[in-house]
Amino acid sequence: MTFATFTFYAFAAILIFAALRVITTRNPVHAALWLVLSFFTAAAVWLLLRAEFLAIALVLVYVGAVMVLFLFVVMMLDVNFDTMRQHFRSYLPIGAAVGALVLFEMALVIVDSAIGRTATAPATPTGSNTRALGQLLYVDYVYPFEIAAVVLLVAIVAAIALTHRERKERKHQDPGQQVKVRREDRVRLVDLPSEKPPA
Amino acid sequence: MLSEPTLAHYLVLGAILFAISMAGIFLNRRNVIMMLMAIELMLLAVNLNFIAFSRYLGDMAGQVFVFFILTVAAAESAIGLAILVLLFRNTGSIDVEAQGRLRG
Repeated sequence: MTFATFTFYAFAAILIFAALRVITTRNPVHAALWLVLSFFTAAAVWLLLRAEFLAIALVLVYVGAVMVLFLFVVMMLDVNFDTMRQHFRSYLPIGAAVGALVLFEMALVIVDSAIGRTATAPATPTGSNTRALGQLLYVDYVYPFEIAAVVLLVAIVAAIALTHRERKERKHQDPGQQVKVRREDRVRLVDLPSEKPPA
Repeated sequence: MLSEPTLAHYLVLGAILFAISMAGIFLNRRNVIMMLMAIELMLLAVNLNFIAFSRYLGDMAGQVFVFFILTVAAAESAIGLAILVLLFRNTGSIDVEAQGRLRG
């Protein structure tokens, strides 16, 4: 057994354990932290598969940004999670049944197609994984790449537009009212008789 | 002894992860946050399959696809959490069962 084999089994075991803890733990903050462990371990498995750039991106984007967002929201919302846990036991049979069914169906497919074959991995790609990915991304997939950028822009605008709250006591100008104003609204001519200066 | 990891090993790992997150959606079906986390886990399982196939079929396009899935998943979770915050602000609860006001 080589070291890579040992690494795969160790990380697979940690990954499955962390995933089980994510769905069974009582506290959502703990669930988010277990999910961080899952992502981190998955990044290690991706390193074994020679996907170095994506492994780093997973750690940076998911562990660094998305999970922090999750933790932020979980801690910001003052939710009583205990009342939601009351039905956990009653949902356990159906949840386990559906999970086992999904696993069974996938096992049928995988056993039929993949396990029989003794296809060995092709030779380890030489050179930088990031360079190869960038070559593909910026040459062959440049339009999907730009569409992905637009999707991110839409997500930013949507998230801000959804959660932005207009405060009532905020003082601000209304440009429409400013443009619509007429002379009569603002200027008042007063006819004052001139006074004689005191002698 | 444990055998050398092949494509099937990674596919089985992805399948187990997917089944766990599928069960998680059922177990936590009252709590929107936990459902979102289960969906993230599900996307991770799918990405694992893509990368395993990319490695064993020698085609880098699978990794490009994972890149796009990561992008869309990040956008999805950002908007999902924004909707969640809005839901909590308007109804004071994130219980799925309590959100029945649109029912006819």
